[in-house]
This record gives sequence, structure tokens and C-alpha cells, in this order.
Amino acid sequence: MTVLEQPGSYRPAPPPAWQPRTDPAPLLPDAEPYRLLGTDAAAGLDPALLKRLYGQLVRGRRYNGQATALTRQGRLAVYPSSTGQEACQVAAGLVLEERDWLFPSYRDTLATVVRGLDPVQALTLLRGDWHTGYDPHEHRIAPLCTPLATQLPHAVGLAHAARLKGDDVVALAMVGDGGTSEGDFHEALNFAAVWKAPVVFFVQNNGFAISVPLAKQTAAPSFAHKAVGYGMPGRLVDGNDAAAVHEVLSEAVRRARGGAGPTLVEAVTYRIDAHTNADDATRYRADSEIEAWRAHDPIDLLERELTGRKLIDEAGMRAEREAAERLAADLRERMNQDPALDPMDLFTHVYAEQTAQLREQADRLRAELAAAGESATQEGAQR
Amino acid sequence: MTTAAVRSGHKPATMAQALGRALRDAMADDPSVHVLGEDVGALGGVFRVTDGLAKEFGEDRCTDTPLAEAGILGAAVGMAMYGLRPVVEMQFDAFAYPAFEQLISHVSRMRNRTRGAVPMPVTVRVPYGGGIGGVEHHSDSSEAYYMATPGLHVVAPATVADAYGLLRAAIASDDPVIFLEPKRLYWSKDHWDAAHPETVPGIGRAVVRRPGSSATLITYGPSLPVCMEAAEAAVAEGWDLEVVDLRSLVPFDEETVCASVRRTGRAVVVHESAGFGGPGGEIAARVTERCFHHLEAPVLRVAGFDIPYPPPMLEQHHLPGVDRVLDAVARLQWESQWTSAGHEGGAR
Repeated sequence: MTVLEQPGSYRPAPPPAWQPRTDPAPLLPDAEPYRLLGTDAAAGLDPALLKRLYGQLVRGRRYNGQATALTRQGRLAVYPSSTGQEACQVAAGLVLEERDWLFPSYRDTLATVVRGLDPVQALTLLRGDWHTGYDPHEHRIAPLCTPLATQLPHAVGLAHAARLKGDDVVALAMVGDGGTSEGDFHEALNFAAVWKAPVVFFVQNNGFAISVPLAKQTAAPSFAHKAVGYGMPGRLVDGNDAAAVHEVLSEAVRRARGGAGPTLVEAVTYRIDAHTNADDATRYRADSEIEAWRAHDPIDLLERELTGRKLIDEAGMRAEREAAERLAADLRERMNQDPALDPMDLFTHVYAEQTAQLREQADRLRAELAAAGESATQEGAQR
Repeated sequence: MTTAAVRSGHKPATMAQALGRALRDAMADDPSVHVLGEDVGALGGVFRVTDGLAKEFGEDRCTDTPLAEAGILGAAVGMAMYGLRPVVEMQFDAFAYPAFEQLISHVSRMRNRTRGAVPMPVTVRVPYGGGIGGVEHHSDSSEAYYMATPGLHVVAPATVADAYGLLRAAIASDDPVIFLEPKRLYWSKDHWDAAHPETVPGIGRAVVRRPGSSATLITYGPSLPVCMEAAEAAVAEGWDLEVVDLRSLVPFDEETVCASVRRTGRAVVVHESAGFGGPGGEIAARVTERCFHHLEAPVLRVAGFDIPYPPPMLEQHHLPGVDRVLDAVARLQWESQWTSAGHEGGAR
């Protein structure tokens, strides 16, 4: 008789020892989005920071309004508004040092402007005179990224490279709730955690991926919970509370800078406007939902805090609104000028050294342009 | 292949060894060169091309990544943005497909998108092609996808010396290079001066591997040995075939190809990837556009069939072999030489 023929007599050897690679408990996000404004903790906040956040929020809201208006005037091809999400945009634009890098998506032009980019350069992609309107190295702002979540692995690679070179650089990568469903989101978070790369992943959960609501996007308890699966901490924050977002992002940046690796931050916010000016949001959501979020507006929240603590008066608020108007007027004026276009640019930057085939095609276009110019001159002479 | 190296008595080396040496020398010469991919570290890659690199340069320079091709190439984009020169290994041709979005939407466009401010000096090594008895997904010829993407360079070495020279040139390039390594030539041997390896002036230059006067075989990568053998066999039929090794599909060396076809008056394009929508169509169209009045016959193509890559026990029916090349040569309207007397390179 073998052991297998004797029921109950066979005791398998214990399996090789197993233990979790990391303790999951400290990685878990809070049960509720973290809030500061309107709570007792807000009393300890730096008044100068609050006033700075307020000024940027007011300007940011005006910028969103102005950019949307420019689409109606035909000056922008399209504008994905961040109205309602200004607290996230402003905080993301302020928490980084100059040497750090920001990786924005197409909805994050406001964050790039807060970081110091000229709004006309930020809007180049959406005006359509070129793809990226600025030198990414000059501002340490990666090109606005259109294919969802594909910028996240770039942030990981850049942060990893900086660390290999011994540079103290953090990358902050922005993505929306829809973008978290993309494979690149997963690959980026996994790489970042394995490499302990100094990256902060910032999910602005604005409730919609164009028309598709959250419930059809994920079954996870929250996006912040996804962090645990990668072995990094997840933080859940009220995305309309500028002070809370600023604090949570700052902590994540500090943590990354200190060598502790990446953090996933989810900010719960709401996209007040449609996906873009070309979208019709009435087809997929009720006005009552929007109104509920308007009552939790990021500017109002901060304004109540500031006025309640008498850190700002009506004159101070008016001064901020006037400053925002001046910025909007400047943007309007400059965007109303036709951009300088050179069709030959189409061939200039495809390769470091132009191929024979592209040289030939460039010559063809140049000849077409010359011919068109001549016939226009002749038409002019005939009139 | 007869080279100066044979006469000088250098030891034979395999293409895989020459590729590994190119990586090693590039890493030694330039600290910004980083190798990353799946199993490239301790294992040395499934084809052993990266053998010894992690040991010599450390795991920060030759890095085993998580198993995710989009992540690998996406991270390489960020590394290049920060001034590194990443060399990415895609384990097999068909395993590179998850990285296509990164490749097409970012690697190929970043320089253009940023008006030259953010170049992408990324080399993507892809072991490619069939003929090694691989099971499904291990034998694709994917060059047409890459060729169809502006902003990429596409290179395929066919000799041991070129494997070294072209890989050094690819790594040195400030533009992204898809570096197609013919799997069935990895173990091909040639006498090669490892102490003083030949370099190439850059990518984008074709080379005449065998001068001839009857017709031109235009080929690259794994099909070069097939064409060389066909050219030798054709001698018995009275044909003196010229063989042009493109080495680079993008940029395409029209000058060398057209000079050859104008001389011979006939051309066959030979490659392993599917014929429909394949490189041969583009090359035949170009040759016809540029050399029409020198042509004695339509430009023909010998390519893989328009089928998903076959299982290993059937692949010999798919791969273009010597007989198929010779059949095409036989169809180059040789009777016309009697009706077009006076053509500078047509009649024999």
C-alpha cells in the first residue's frame, strides 16, 4: 500500500513561506475625502497660502470662461474646460518646484498656466497652429497629452532617469477618471512602484468620461484604493477644497522627493461644463446634479473661509476679480490676432535630418505655394 | 560572404555576438545609453544579445523591467525626455504590439510635436521574422507597420558586420530607430574583426552585395542570404543578378536602388513579410516612377503570402525561397531583349 491509498495518512510538506511584500494597511486611503476648509483644522492654515490659492482660483475660473468664449468666436478649435475643477488645477500648478516636471492632459491647460506658462502658448494645441506651443524643457511641462493616460509612463521614465542621474526631481502626472481604465495607467503605476520612482499620480475624478459616468468606469471602492494593488499609498481628497488638495499633493511630492516612491492621489470633483464646447451634456446628465455641485464650488468654499476669518474683504475680492479680468482681456486680445503660420514647418521637425523623400515633398509644397502666390498676385493685378 | 575580414583571418562571430558587442561598446562610450526590457539582465535576453551587460554596467544601465511593453517604451520616452538614450528590447516581433500606441502617438511624433525641442533618441530592438520554428506570435515580419509611421527610422541588418555598424548608428541617432533583428540570422557566422569592428557612416544607405548586369534583386534582412543564393544559382541559367541590400527601409536609399535598376533594367523585390501592403509595393512603385524608361519588365515582388504567419511545420511553404526568387526572375520578360535593342543595360 502506498501513502496515497491510505486516506488521512498523507501530510503534504508545508508550502514555501509566503508573506505580503508590503503591509497593505498604511496604503489604504481614508474612508472619506480629506477636507480642510470649513473644518477646525483650517484654522492652522497659512493665510498667505490661502490668499494665493484664492487669487489663482478666481483667475482660473475667468480663464476657463474666456477660453470657452474663444471657441464660440472661432479662435480656438476646441476647449475642454476645467470649470469646477480649478482647485485641482491650481494646486497641481503650485506644488512643484521649478526643477520638477508636470505631465498634463489636454484638460489641464490651467495647471500649466498656474505653473507659469503663457496662456497663449498653453492654448496652441487647441487653437491648432501647432501641437505643442512651448518648449517643455523651459518650463518642465511635458506636452499636453491627448491619448489618455499615455503620459503617465513618460512621467515614470523621466522621474526614474532623474533619480539615476542623482537629480532631485519629482514628476506630477495628471489623469482623469476615464484615463484610469487605460492599460497605460496600470503599467505606469506598476513601473513607478517597482522602481520607487519619484512620481505623484493625480487623478481628477470629475465624474464623467465625456458622457460615461463613474459607475460605468469602475467598480473599485475609489480610484485611490487602486494604489494598494501596486504597493503605493492612495490618498482621497475633496477636489474642490483647494487647501486640502494643495496639502495632499504637497505631502505626496515631499514623499517622492524623500525617496519613498510614488503616491496615487484621487481628487473628487465635478466637471461643471460639458466635455468640450462640441459636447452636449444635456443628453446624459440632469441639471439638478450640476446644481448640487455648484453648491460645493471651490471658489465659494475658499471665499467663505477667507471672509469668515476676515483674511479678505470685499475690496480684496474685487481686486482679485479685476486682476482676472485684465488677464482675460490680454488673452482675448492676443488670441484675436491670427497666428503666424509657415506651411514649410510641416517638414522641418519630422527628423533631425530631413530624408530625401521629405525634401522632395517640401519642394513640391513650396512650388504649390509659389504658384498660388503668383496667381493671387495676378488676380489682384486684374482687379 | 567574402570580406576583407576573411582574408585577414579574423575569427567567426555570430550576428547575436556582434549585436551584443555593439550594445556594450555604445554603453561604454556613452553613459547616457541605457538598455531596458524583459529578461535583458541576468538572463542576457532570450537570444542572449544583452549577455553580460548587467554584470558589466550594473542593473541601473541594463534593467529587467516588469512585463509590459507599453510601459517599457513609455518609460523610455520619459527617459529620453530627461536626456538619456534608451535602447529598448522587445522580446519578439509580435510582443511589440502592445507598445504601438506609445510608438505611434509619442515616440514617432515627439520631435515634430515640440518643433525639435524634445527629440527621441530611442532605439527599439525587435527580434523579427520567421524561419526559426517558432510557435504562433514568434515569427512576424512587422516592418510594414513601422514603415507606415512617419517619424521613425526602420533598419534591418543582414550581415554580422552590419549588425554591429547599424546598431551603433541607430543608438547614436537622435531620432527613434526600429531596429529589426532577423531571428534566423542571429546564429549566422561571419569572419569579423571584433577588435576593430566596422562602423557605418549612418543609417539610410543601401549597399550592392553582388554586382550583376541582368536584373536587380532588392532585399534586406533575412531575405538577403536567400537572394545571394539565388544569384549564384542564376549563373547556371545565364543570368548575372545584382543584389542590393537596403539595410534601411526608412530612410529609403532611392539613389542606390534606382542606379542599379537603371543599369540592369529589371528588378525583383524580395521580402518575407506579406506582399499586400508590404514594403515591396512601395519599393516597386518608387522604382517604376523613377526608372520607367529603363525598365524592360514590370517590377515583380516575391513576398510572404497574405496570411497570418503559419505554424512552424508549415512555414517553409510561406517563406520566399531560392526557387520562388528564380521563378520571378524568369518572368522578367527576357524575350523583350530582342525587341528593345539598343537599351543600354537590357540585352545580353
